[in-house]
Amino acid sequence: MAGAAVLGRLTWLVGEVTDAAFETPRVRSLVLDVPGWPGHRAGQHVDVRLTAEDGYQAQRSYSIASAPEGERVVLTVERLDDGEVSPYLVDEVRAGDPFELRGPIGGYFVWEVGLGGPLLLVAGGSGVVPLMAMVRHRQAVGSSVPMRLLYSSRTLEDVIYREELERLAGARDGLEVVHALTRDQPPGWPGYARRIDAEMLREVAWDDARAQAFVCGPTRLVESVAGELVALGYDPSRVKTERFGPAGT
Amino acid sequence: MPLVSRGFRGRRRPDDESGRVPPGQYLTEDFPVLSAGPTPHTPLEEWDFSIEGEVAESKKWSWEEFRALPSETVTKDIHCVTKWSKLDTTWEGVSLDTLLEEIETDAAYVTAFCDGGYTTNLPLEDVTEGKAWIAFDFDGEPLEPEHGGPARLLVPHLYFWKSAKWVRGLRLMSDDEPGFWEELGYHLYGDPWREQRYWGD
Amino acid sequence: MEDADLRLDGNAAAGLLGEIFVREVTVAVGTCAACGNRAELGAVHVYMHAPGVVLRCPRCEAVLMRIVQAESRCWLDVRGVRSLEL
Repeated sequence: MAGAAVLGRLTWLVGEVTDAAFETPRVRSLVLDVPGWPGHRAGQHVDVRLTAEDGYQAQRSYSIASAPEGERVVLTVERLDDGEVSPYLVDEVRAGDPFELRGPIGGYFVWEVGLGGPLLLVAGGSGVVPLMAMVRHRQAVGSSVPMRLLYSSRTLEDVIYREELERLAGARDGLEVVHALTRDQPPGWPGYARRIDAEMLREVAWDDARAQAFVCGPTRLVESVAGELVALGYDPSRVKTERFGPAGT
Repeated sequence: MPLVSRGFRGRRRPDDESGRVPPGQYLTEDFPVLSAGPTPHTPLEEWDFSIEGEVAESKKWSWEEFRALPSETVTKDIHCVTKWSKLDTTWEGVSLDTLLEEIETDAAYVTAFCDGGYTTNLPLEDVTEGKAWIAFDFDGEPLEPEHGGPARLLVPHLYFWKSAKWVRGLRLMSDDEPGFWEELGYHLYGDPWREQRYWGD
Repeated sequence: MEDADLRLDGNAAAGLLGEIFVREVTVAVGTCAACGNRAELGAVHVYMHAPGVVLRCPRCEAVLMRIVQAESRCWLDVRGVRSLEL
């Protein structure tokens, strides 16, 4: 579906929630059937609009988690404790509910196999969502473009898509997944046990002038990682960023 | 009419009976941070507050001089144009009446100017006679940078975008010159009780 | 909360900008009128928690663009962008 979705006129579409499943205690994926969906590219997002009975509206953006090759649009939402919209999407929405969204949106933070690699994906918390669309896209087209995901979470329980990432990396087809658990680690944890820093990036990042990087998560993590990658020699034009704002609690 | 999202209520509280919440507003318990740019961090040794423009003589206070002025503690309701209202907020600040005491002017308007370049315009009579302060404490604590510290303008009877954060002075003007948001659609005056949010309201 | 926390980037404003420009603009390259820095709009600093949306130059933080939306009206100021290559 490459190229299908650089948007013309953005209109609000009405879809239906066909499935909703928890990824972690605070994170849920919503599977949407959206008639008229024009297709999307990995990394893009949608705007979601909620309307209360009295007409009050709230709007938020959520990254698309599903590969472009899929039939459905999957959004993965993290519940923010003081959020207005995310608690509703995580705790209340259920299969059968209508769902208003527009998209796909974004042309800057996108990747498809045709853009080549090697690829470095760096995720902080729910920043993994748009990057997962890239991982799933690569898988769906059977590509062997070298891809390395460095994924920072607070604890093992907070790792979204944990089993799927383990399975995909286990295929040893060029995808590597490296975890950093910043708050708490299980006994014998072999991965990183601290926040992403310059030294970690030096060990994980590709030392290759063709490498492209996509960094997504809380603003502070994104800005510090992007700065470190440039310091390591990545051309700024090859480091794409998407800031999610303040970190959740 | 867009479709209704089953069970969605949003963050609003039930209608307030007190009559203290202007039309179109909802009550909030927290204190949302709204910002048009990065938070400035002017060291207090470099901070000053000026009154300038169409005045016989302009005046400037350093932080020490400013803090040596008489201040007062006030409790006010505040109303943001983004629809939240917060009741009974407590501030300590220097009244603009104190700052304007010895200023001679024929000007009818002021423009507040701030670190980071933000400006907002007000009639002079809306910042005098006990209606406005330069506030440096909120809720008994020094005003945090994200909320405008070290000092912000406080004009609670108007929408809160007029209570300019990181204020550094007032320029007295004979004309009402639109500030940062007033240039771009926001109402020149901004009375929450007449719901004056945008041009033409 | 620090400075950076509220800062987003052009991706967050993409839907709104798409409404105004009727096309994807996060790959449009803007030249800052203040310092001359060129950047894709997806990479500029965006402040959305305000009475309006403010896009700022990632190098010098000068205002590139401002947008105010009110029910059915919208105001746009692009003076901070010397040129925008769409």
